[in-house]
Amino acid sequence: MTAAPDTAPVQTARPETDEQSEFARPWVTIVHNDPVNLMNYVTWVFQQLFGYSKDKAELLMLDVHHKGRAVVSAGARERMEYDASRLHSYGLWATVDKQ
Amino acid sequence: MATFRDDEVRVLRKVAEEVVGLLTEGFDHDDPVVGRLFPDVYPDAPRESAEFRRFTEGDLKTSKIDQAGAILASLPEAGSGEVRLDPEAAEAWLRALNDARLALGIRLEITDDTLLDYELDEAILQDPSSPRVFQLSVYSYLGYLQDSLLTAITANGRS
Repeated sequence: MTAAPDTAPVQTARPETDEQSEFARPWVTIVHNDPVNLMNYVTWVFQQLFGYSKDKAELLMLDVHHKGRAVVSAGARERMEYDASRLHSYGLWATVDKQ
Repeated sequence: MATFRDDEVRVLRKVAEEVVGLLTEGFDHDDPVVGRLFPDVYPDAPRESAEFRRFTEGDLKTSKIDQAGAILASLPEAGSGEVRLDPEAAEAWLRALNDARLALGIRLEITDDTLLDYELDEAILQDPSSPRVFQLSVYSYLGYLQDSLLTAITANGRS
């Protein structure tokens, strides 16, 4: 518990610009590296789910593998949640975040 | 099409049954395997993750049970046998094999630095009849199988 302040708190206005840009920032689906999934399986999943070319899917897979994570899709929040749940059904470790 | 020996059929049936068990009567959110198969979609926001889970977990669980069931449905009950998979069944197999590998990977504490052959040698030296030797062999076999199936599917021009 904390003591009540003796003076009235100063009203700090939240800067509007931040809130606006917060709103405008798109959501992203992120796939994280894991030690079990086969590299060619991850590439195949990206092709299956997102219709990416083999080259693009492979680059994304390598990004996940080397950098630990990669953004695989971006857009509206609901759509990202849908993508994440489809990735989960293939066993990929996916999360949703703001870009 | 692939031919499975009777010991392969036995192992695959056991693995698929274990995955189904894990997703049905054995389902436990505190089990790290469940945590890996059903990851938090918002790692820093437990409430939002729980909300997402409430809407998606049932369907995800059903699809995982179904894909493990696809393995059981295409294998002979016992003994050796030939298995022929249409594209839909092949995809279910791939996903189910992946779930099984993820589950075993957690149990075996597989990391990026794990060298499977080395782990297996070490486990055999310690006790050749230990469950770890068996699980490592199964894990390695499932990886081989998943890779072969994937090669067959992509060679068929499906990707």
